[in-house]
Amino acid sequence: MEGLSVADANLVVYLHPSKSRNVSQAILRELGSWLFKFNETFDGVLLAYDVNILDKKAEILSGVHPYFAAKLKANLLLFSPKPDMLIEGKVMKLCQESIHVIVLGFSSAIVTAENIRGELKYKNKDREELFASKSHKRHVIKVGTVIRFLVKSFDDEILHITGSLIPAHTGSIRWLDRNLEEISEFDRSATKSRDRESLGDKTNDDDIASNYQLYKEISCSQLVGNVATESPCR
Amino acid sequence: MEARVNCSFLLKSETYTFIHPAAAKRLQLQFNSLAKTLSLPSVQIKQGKRMGLELPKYPEIEEDNVLNFTDSELVSHVKNALTSVLSGDQNSYNQLVGVMHHSKHLAPDEVALLETTLKALAGAVSSIDVTHHDSLLSAIFSMSMWNYGPHVADALAELIVSLAISNGKYLDLCLRMLVSNFTPPPYFLDKLKLPRGLERKGQVLCRVHAAFKKIADYVPLAPLRLLTIVLQGMPTIYHKDRAIVIYVENMLKLESGEIGELVGSTMLMAVVDRLIELDVEIGWDAILQDDFSKGIFEMELEDMDDIEEESAEPDVGEFRLSRKSLVGNSIAELLDNLLVLTFEHLESCEREGRLAKVFETLLQSFQITVLSAYKSKFAQFVIFYACALDPENCGMRFATVLVELFVQYSQPQPTRMSAVAYLASYLSRAKFLSASFICSMLKRLVDWCLEYCETHDGDVNPNAHRVFYSGCQAIMYVLCFRMKAFVNVPRLKLQLIMPLEQVLKHKLNPLKVCLPSVVEEFLRQAKAASLFTVSETFIFDGLLESELSRAFGGLERLDTFFPFDPCLLKRCDSFIRPMFVFWSMVKPTYDDDDDDGSSDDELVQDLPNENEDMMNGIDMDEFDCQLQKMSITPKSTSSHKFGGRFQEQARMPSRIRPSTSPESL
Repeated sequence: MEGLSVADANLVVYLHPSKSRNVSQAILRELGSWLFKFNETFDGVLLAYDVNILDKKAEILSGVHPYFAAKLKANLLLFSPKPDMLIEGKVMKLCQESIHVIVLGFSSAIVTAENIRGELKYKNKDREELFASKSHKRHVIKVGTVIRFLVKSFDDEILHITGSLIPAHTGSIRWLDRNLEEISEFDRSATKSRDRESLGDKTNDDDIASNYQLYKEISCSQLVGNVATESPCR
Repeated sequence: MEARVNCSFLLKSETYTFIHPAAAKRLQLQFNSLAKTLSLPSVQIKQGKRMGLELPKYPEIEEDNVLNFTDSELVSHVKNALTSVLSGDQNSYNQLVGVMHHSKHLAPDEVALLETTLKALAGAVSSIDVTHHDSLLSAIFSMSMWNYGPHVADALAELIVSLAISNGKYLDLCLRMLVSNFTPPPYFLDKLKLPRGLERKGQVLCRVHAAFKKIADYVPLAPLRLLTIVLQGMPTIYHKDRAIVIYVENMLKLESGEIGELVGSTMLMAVVDRLIELDVEIGWDAILQDDFSKGIFEMELEDMDDIEEESAEPDVGEFRLSRKSLVGNSIAELLDNLLVLTFEHLESCEREGRLAKVFETLLQSFQITVLSAYKSKFAQFVIFYACALDPENCGMRFATVLVELFVQYSQPQPTRMSAVAYLASYLSRAKFLSASFICSMLKRLVDWCLEYCETHDGDVNPNAHRVFYSGCQAIMYVLCFRMKAFVNVPRLKLQLIMPLEQVLKHKLNPLKVCLPSVVEEFLRQAKAASLFTVSETFIFDGLLESELSRAFGGLERLDTFFPFDPCLLKRCDSFIRPMFVFWSMVKPTYDDDDDDGSSDDELVQDLPNENEDMMNGIDMDEFDCQLQKMSITPKSTSSHKFGGRFQEQARMPSRIRPSTSPESL
């Protein structure tokens, strides 16, 4: 799956003096408040972090409230889906008009009927709704199937993805993985060429999050931590 | 919707339809009027299970074809209406919007039309564009489920859910619309108490909360956004209508609902915050009585019926009951209702076995909000009730947390003093705590005070040793209530009484500094129980408080703060009463009559308010007279005790009489 990356970050978090009694807790709280939110500096949604406090000493900012700057080094797991990336998610709801998917357990995605290729037809058999391929009988998408789809857009406030099942190499990943050769003949010009070796590694439908591709180095400068307010998870 | 009859309809032969019979009738009328203009034969409604319009025979059509409007037909019609706006043709779209706006006094076929339209829209959400269809969207979001019956409400909920999950842009708007359905429209508020109103309420709320769950299933982060929206939408306390009561009911329902794990604790804390806000709005003067000079006659509020009756009698009439002053106070009534809602919610939590977890949130909320609020009057009964529902876990945990707060030097002074005041009042008033537990808590306090004495070698100095004096006062206060139970246990004497004696006899002299009414009662009981001998005689002359006690209490008068004094809110009190220790129920050690059944009816009289002494510039002082809880027996000879007629009586009559303890508020 694309869109996941691990980054090394050098962070500076500014803490209110009242937090000086328990600095590590304050830092963890601050970083915790960034989870599952889109962060512009990282250009992605923070999913997980592993932090090391670099120095016991911290610089004090002069001012009305003498905040002090804690320097950190962190490993960040980021999720930043961009258009034309291939993402995988589990189907939660299926109807003639749309397929609703959840990606990585927290991000909702929708593929509307206009973005489903003609090959996949909606069927309602015995109250079970599904999309079945006209040309490949085994290729079926039901509630609970994990599908791979193309990202069309990403709403970074709600973390909502609109996707497309138009390209030939999208659909149920179980079927896709088994039929790699057939797909490779299809036109791939719609997508940018990227590393496809991960396709072959996929064996387990549920094992999405563990597969990440890029490893970026981000050196994040001054990150103003908003520690004056209580963290939202009160 | 006034569907344009499209020739393609005539050729379809799908098998099902969801047209309501009334809608079919309407469509028949429309079709026939159109058919007339086209000089076509009219149609009849086919009776039977499948509602359809039977067409007259046309050459192109098979004989047994029946025209049914299928779901997909209507959906595609709506889609066409929506997309045609983009190309400039607004007619069908405007008709759609018209149907949505038409909401009052609907005839059955109009209801059916609305339901059909909503269902079709739910299928066509992907065609709704936020800019081009803003009038439709605003019409949808301004609809209130309270105005409609169950079918339309279902269809509306379905539409909202579909909208919310289809596009991130609509999520907040949809959640906001659902939250606005927490409260009924103004005209409905009065009907809430009627059976019809209750039925509608149950119907709407269950659909609203089910919609939240559905949205959360497909958009996992929706509860997070819902949190902010619910908190923002809370009616302020200045909305004098009952909207906040039903809103809080919804918040508590969210807490116990299916997304409760995600939003529950924030909801509870917000509710407690709102309770404190209301509490603070009730000024102490609202609870105070008019006639100070005659002495305040405050009831222990043991017999509610008696209170109502007695107020009619002339001899009691001259005294105004403090609770009566609250009657008609709308904020007090509101607070009362909200507290009762919270109590009922706690009861349901306890039944579901979740109370321990909910209690942790309450405890956190208590420390952040209630403890730091200046002399909260009633909001703290929430945690009292929670403790009462589960004495072994919650009850003991509350006391332990308070003790921890008291002994920690790192906590600010007012917090520590406030914590020990809460602890003292709690240990005295909680009927459900075991004597051994109370003893162990007291032991901790005594040990702390002893250690303090040993490390501090000073003279009487109320300001410097505020926390110490408040600790001592707490111990004495609890012993006034519980001494009789402890006296007979020899082990307690060693562990508790001897260290206490050392503390009381120390140079710091807490007996001189602490609240005189408390000290006096304590010494009287201690003497009767022969706990220890006090060398110095303390003559307080029935003073409620002294210069020294005022000094240690500080500006906030934490020396006279007894938070769990009887609750003055009527409905609340009926919940709290069974688990509450009233002073009149306490048998002090100097009362030796064991053999009467009506020992509960002991006459107790309290010090009246010494208002003359206490009036000074600070407003609070006036009310703080009320805060004296200690009741003393009539044998005390203070001349300024009121209530001469009660002096004569040796004991209270079997019918419980009001005690005279100026219960604090």
